[in-house]
Amino acid sequence: MNAPPAPPLRKFGTAVPRLEDRRFLMGAGNYVDDQLFPGQTWAAFVRSPHGHAAIRSIDTRAARAAPGVIAVLTGADFASLPPMPCGWMIHSRDGEPMRVGERRVVATQRVRYVGEPVAVVIAESRDAARDAADLVEVDWDELPAVADVAAAAADGAPELHANAPGNLAFDWELGDSAAVEAAMARSAHCVTLTLRNNRLVPNAIEPRAINARWDPVEEKLDIRMTHQNPIGMRMFYAAVYGLAAEHRLRIVSPDVGGGFGSKAHNYPEEVAVAFAAKLVGRPVKWTAERTEAFLTDAHGRDHLSTATLALDPDGRFLALRVDTLAAMGAYLSSTGSLIPTYMYATMLSGQYAIPAIHCRTRAIYTNTAPVDAYRGAGRPEAAYLVERMVGLAARRLAIDEAEIRRRNLIRHFPYRTPVEWVYDSGNYEAGLDQALALADWAGFPARKAEAAARGRLRGIGMSAYVEACGIGPSAILARLGAGAGMWDSAEVRVHPAGTVEVLSGAHSHGQGHATAIAQLVADRFGIPMEQVSVIQGDTDRIQAGTGTYGSRASVGMSATARACDRIIEKAKRIAGHLLAVPAETVDFADGLFASAATNATLSFGELAFAAHAASGFPTDEIEPGLVAQSFFDPPNFTFPSGVHVAEIEIDPETGQTEVVGFAAADDFGVLANPMIVEGQVMGGVAQGLGQALLETCVYDPETAQLMTASFMDYAMPRADSFPELRLGFGCTPSPSNPLGMKGCGEAGAIGAPAAVINAVCHALDIDHIDMPATAERVWEILEARRREQG
Amino acid sequence: MEMRLEVNGTAHRLDLPERTLLVHALRDQLRLTGTHIGCDTSQCGACTVHLDGVAVKSCTMLAVQAEGRRITTIEGLAKDGALHPMQLAFHIHHGLQCGYCTPGMIMAGLDIVRRHPRPDLGTIRAELEGNLCRCTGYHNIIRAIAAGAEAMAAAATGERPGEGQGQ
Amino acid sequence: MHAFAYCRPAALADALRELAADAEARPLAGGQTLLPVMRARLAAPSRLVDLARVRELTGIAAAPGGLRLGAMETHAAIAEHPAVKRLAPALARLAGGIGDPQVRNRGTIGGSLANNDPAACYPAALLALGAAIETDRRTLAAEDFFTGLFATALAPGELVVAVQVPAAPAAAYVKFPQPASRFALVGAFVLRTEAGYRVAITGGGMGVFRWTEAEAALDSGATGADLAGVPLDPELFTGDLHASARYRRALARVAVARALADPAFAA
Repeated sequence: MNAPPAPPLRKFGTAVPRLEDRRFLMGAGNYVDDQLFPGQTWAAFVRSPHGHAAIRSIDTRAARAAPGVIAVLTGADFASLPPMPCGWMIHSRDGEPMRVGERRVVATQRVRYVGEPVAVVIAESRDAARDAADLVEVDWDELPAVADVAAAAADGAPELHANAPGNLAFDWELGDSAAVEAAMARSAHCVTLTLRNNRLVPNAIEPRAINARWDPVEEKLDIRMTHQNPIGMRMFYAAVYGLAAEHRLRIVSPDVGGGFGSKAHNYPEEVAVAFAAKLVGRPVKWTAERTEAFLTDAHGRDHLSTATLALDPDGRFLALRVDTLAAMGAYLSSTGSLIPTYMYATMLSGQYAIPAIHCRTRAIYTNTAPVDAYRGAGRPEAAYLVERMVGLAARRLAIDEAEIRRRNLIRHFPYRTPVEWVYDSGNYEAGLDQALALADWAGFPARKAEAAARGRLRGIGMSAYVEACGIGPSAILARLGAGAGMWDSAEVRVHPAGTVEVLSGAHSHGQGHATAIAQLVADRFGIPMEQVSVIQGDTDRIQAGTGTYGSRASVGMSATARACDRIIEKAKRIAGHLLAVPAETVDFADGLFASAATNATLSFGELAFAAHAASGFPTDEIEPGLVAQSFFDPPNFTFPSGVHVAEIEIDPETGQTEVVGFAAADDFGVLANPMIVEGQVMGGVAQGLGQALLETCVYDPETAQLMTASFMDYAMPRADSFPELRLGFGCTPSPSNPLGMKGCGEAGAIGAPAAVINAVCHALDIDHIDMPATAERVWEILEARRREQG
Repeated sequence: MEMRLEVNGTAHRLDLPERTLLVHALRDQLRLTGTHIGCDTSQCGACTVHLDGVAVKSCTMLAVQAEGRRITTIEGLAKDGALHPMQLAFHIHHGLQCGYCTPGMIMAGLDIVRRHPRPDLGTIRAELEGNLCRCTGYHNIIRAIAAGAEAMAAAATGERPGEGQGQ
Repeated sequence: MHAFAYCRPAALADALRELAADAEARPLAGGQTLLPVMRARLAAPSRLVDLARVRELTGIAAAPGGLRLGAMETHAAIAEHPAVKRLAPALARLAGGIGDPQVRNRGTIGGSLANNDPAACYPAALLALGAAIETDRRTLAAEDFFTGLFATALAPGELVVAVQVPAAPAAAYVKFPQPASRFALVGAFVLRTEAGYRVAITGGGMGVFRWTEAEAALDSGATGADLAGVPLDPELFTGDLHASARYRRALARVAVARALADPAFAA
C-alpha cells in the first residue's frame, strides 16, 4: 500500500572513523606474510636475468643437494598446467581474434622478460631457498630484445612470439573513422600531438605473497594469498588449472596491503606455489622481495599515441582521432587486452560533446613485464590524452583553458558518446566552476607576477575527466569480450540477538569497506554500526563475488542494500503477526516496527529474536530466520567526473618543478563516507602527481634490463613531495544503482597528470613535455631557450 | 648463534643464524608481525622500530646488532589495550588505509615528536622522508602526527588537547 | 643474504686482529649501505666484524683548531652535537640531510667515508674543509684519502678511527637530491677561510673533487653569479638514469652559487 519509508540517514554519508583501524594501529593486522603453517616451507624463484633468451638447459643438481632443500622444480614439472590465460577477448579490425603469446607458469624453452620464472626452489627456510636458487645453473642462449613499444612495432624488430608477427597482439579500432575524416576536412583548426604515457610500477607497499597447503582435515587446497579478488582466483585455480575442484579449494585473502590493480591479476608465481604445495605435500610460502615486485608485478600505462583534435572557428570540438601503440609486455596479462581498448578508447570523449571520435589501438609485445590494470587502468591514459589535446588547443587558439572547456561541455544526460558509453549523470559546468573557485583561477596572474619577482616560473593547468566505475553491467561486458560476469553479491545475516554479519563479495584492500558497509547496514536496520560486522576475502565464508577494482564498491554496496531491504520486507511480515496487524500496515523506521493499527512496537532486536524463536508467526507461511542474499548486476557503469587544477613553480636554474597548489572538484555521486572518499582522492592524486613529475619505469632499450628495479631508482612520492590539496565535491547521484554512488578510487590518478603537465606547459610556454617532467627535461627546454637567446 | 634481545620490555633468548635481520627475528621468531617489510633497500620504512627509543629500520640491521639494546615495536605502544595518543591520532585523522605502512609511520612519527615535541606540518613532511605510503598521499598521516604530538604534549602537561599549536 | 660469521670486539686491537685474520672479512659500522648490498647478494663477506662496541671509535669533541669525530658516530649524532653545530655548522646540517632520520640514526661517518660512494655527502665536506682522516695506523689528508669511485687509500684491514675537522664558520653545503634514493645528484660544499675559498663537488659521478678554477675565481673576487663562465672540466661528470653529465655539470655551478648565498658567508 504505502511505499516503504526511506531509511533514516544517520551514519551513511557521514565521516565516521573506521571500524577496522584498531588492529592496524596495534600491529595486529593480518597479512599473508604474517602467517605460518605448521611444517612451513619457503619458495624462492630462479628468474631470467635476460630480457629475451632461449633456455638451452637447466642444471639443478647443486641446488637439490644444498642444505634444507626439499624440491627444485623447473618448467618441465609444471608441464601439466595450461598456459596463463588472458580473460578478455579482443578482435582486430579485420575480425581476427587477438594473438595470444603462450605464457607458461614456469618457462620451459624461452624467456621474454627479465624476472620471468624458470625454476622454483622449495626449502626449509627462506634463506635456504634463496641460497639454493643461486645454485641453479641455466645455460642461456641470449636473443635480441626490444623493450620500447615503438621499436617493437617497427619493421625488423626482434619478435617475441611466432604467432604474433610484428609483435602485434591485435590492431583494434573503435568509433567512426569516416565521420572523423569528414569533420576534420571542414574544421577551422586541427591540433596534433604525439605523447607518451609513461610506464609505472604500482608498488603497493605490501608485496605479493602466497602461502599454500593441502589441508588433510578439510581435504582442501588451502591458500592464503594477498589479492583483490580471492573468489575469482578460486574459479581460476579450479577451472583453468585444476589445482583442486572448486569445493575443495579455499582461498583466503586476509588483510591486503594495497593493490591499485596489481593484486587483481592471475600471476604465474602464485600458481606455481599452489601447485608446488600439492606436489611436495607441505605448506609452501612465497613473499616477493621488492625487486621481484618491480620485475614481475604487472606494470601500468606505457602508451605512445598520436592524436589530432579538430575544432571549429570558435574552439568547439568537431572530431578526435587517436592512434595508440600500447605496450603489452611479454605476454597478455589477465586483463591486459582490456585496458588499452574498452577501458581507454571508450573514455576519449571526456567531458565533451565531440561529434566524431576514432581510436586505433595496436597492442604490441615487448620484452618487459606484462602491462595490466593500474589505478585507473586505461582511463588515466584517455584523460591524459584528451586533456593534453584540450590544453594544446587552448594554447594554439589563445582561448583560456577553462573557457574552451566550458564551450564544449556535455550538458544533458544520459549522454551517448560516439565511443560506446552512455554517461549516466553529471553537472560538468558546476564542477568546472567549483574547481575554478577552489583554485582561485582568477587570481593566478597576480601569483605569477609575484613568483616572477622571485625568479620563478609559475604555471596553472587544468584537467577535466570522466571515468567509468561500478564495473559492471555483465551483459554489456560480455558483448565487449569479457570472460566472466561482473555483478557482485552480499549476504546479510541477522543473528538472534540482533547483531548483523555481512558476507560481502567485494574485497577491501584499504578502502574501508568494513566501515562503509556497516554505515549502510546500521542505517537500514536502525542499529549501531558496532553491531555490524563485515566479512570478506574467505571463499569458505563468501561463496560469490567478484572482488574490488575499478571503484566498483557501489556494486557490492548495492547488493548489500538490496539484501537488507529483503530482510526488512520479511521482518515486516513477521512483525504483522507479532503485532497482530496486517503486514501491509507495518512500517519500519529508526529500528522500530510499528503500525498505525496498534500502539505496540517491536525493536529490530526483538524482531530478530522472534524470527529465530519461530513462534508467534506461522512457519509454514514464513520461514524462520533472517538471512538474505542479493546479486546486483548494474544496468550501466557509473560515470564520476571532476576537474583538477594544478599550480606549479619552476626553478629556472635547475628545472625543478614544485607543485604549489592543487585543487580537485569531484562528483562521485552519493558519498558513503566523506572521510574515506577524501582519503581516496588524496592517495589517487599522489599517484597522479607521481606519474607527472617523478615516476617512470625504465628498461634498457637494447638489453631490456630493468633499470628502475628498486626504490633507489624508481622515484616514489614522499611526504614532502606535494602540498596540501583543496578538495570539493559535487553530487549528481548515479541512476545505475540504488544508492546513487559512483566511485572515487581512481579520480586522482586520472585527473592529476594532465593538470600538472598543462601547468608545466603553461609555465614554460610550450606545446608539450612528456611525463615525468623531471628537472632535467625542464632544464633542457630552458637551456635550449637560453642558448637561442644568446 | 645465541643472542638475547629485549623487546617491548621482555627479555628473549634466541638461537638464530648470524645473518638474521632484526625484522625477521621479530616477525618469524617472536611472532611480532606488526613490523612489516616493504623493500630490500632501506627506503620504505615499514620496518621501523625503536632502538633505545630511537627510530631505526629493522630490515637494515642484524638481530645480533640489537643485543643489549631496548627494542620497541608497534605492539609495545598500547598500554592495557588503550591506544597510544599517536595511534589514536592516526585513527581520528584517517592516517591509514591498507594499514601496511602504518606501524612504521607511527614509530617514525614518535621519533619526530622525540626530536620536535610540537612539529609543524612542514617539519613532519621533511622528517617523514624515510617512510613510504602508497595509499594516503601522506596528508592525513601528517595531520595525524601533528595531532598525536599535540595530544602527547597535552598529556604530559595536563593541558587539554586542542589548546596547543600542533595543527 | 649469504651466510657469514660474526664477531663484536670491544677494542680496536681485537677488531684489527679479526680483520687481519680473514681476507674476506668486512668491518660492519652502521650497516646502512653494507647490509642492503648483502641483502641483494652483491657482497658476501665471510665474516662481519661489528665495530659498534669498539670504544676507540666513538666520541665527538672539540679539538685544537676544530673537532674530532669518532668513526662510529652516527649522522644524527653529528647533526645534533652542540660542538659540531658551533664549530662546523655546515657539517652538522650536511649530516642532518643524509638519507632519512632512521638511516641517520644508524649510519656512521666512518662507514660513509670508507665506502666513498660517489654520491655521498661527507666526502665533499671533508675535501673542502681539508679534514684529516685518522686510521689505526696513520693520518691521511682528505685529498689523499678519496682515490676514486668507491675507492679510498685504506689498506685491507685498515680502519678509520676518527676524523679531524677544522672549525669552519663560513661554509655551506647545497645538495640536489636524486629523487628516488635521495643521494646527492650533485652536492657542493663551499668553505671560506683567511686562506681563501675551497669548493668540493660530489655526485658528479667520477668521485668527489675540488673545483679549483672556481676557488681561484672566488679568491680573485668573483661572485656566485660569475661562476657561469668559470671552466669546469666535463670529464669529471658522468651520466646515468637520473641525470646526464651536462645536467650534473650545470647543477654543480648552481649548487656552488647557492652555497655562496648562504648566510654563513654574509659576515
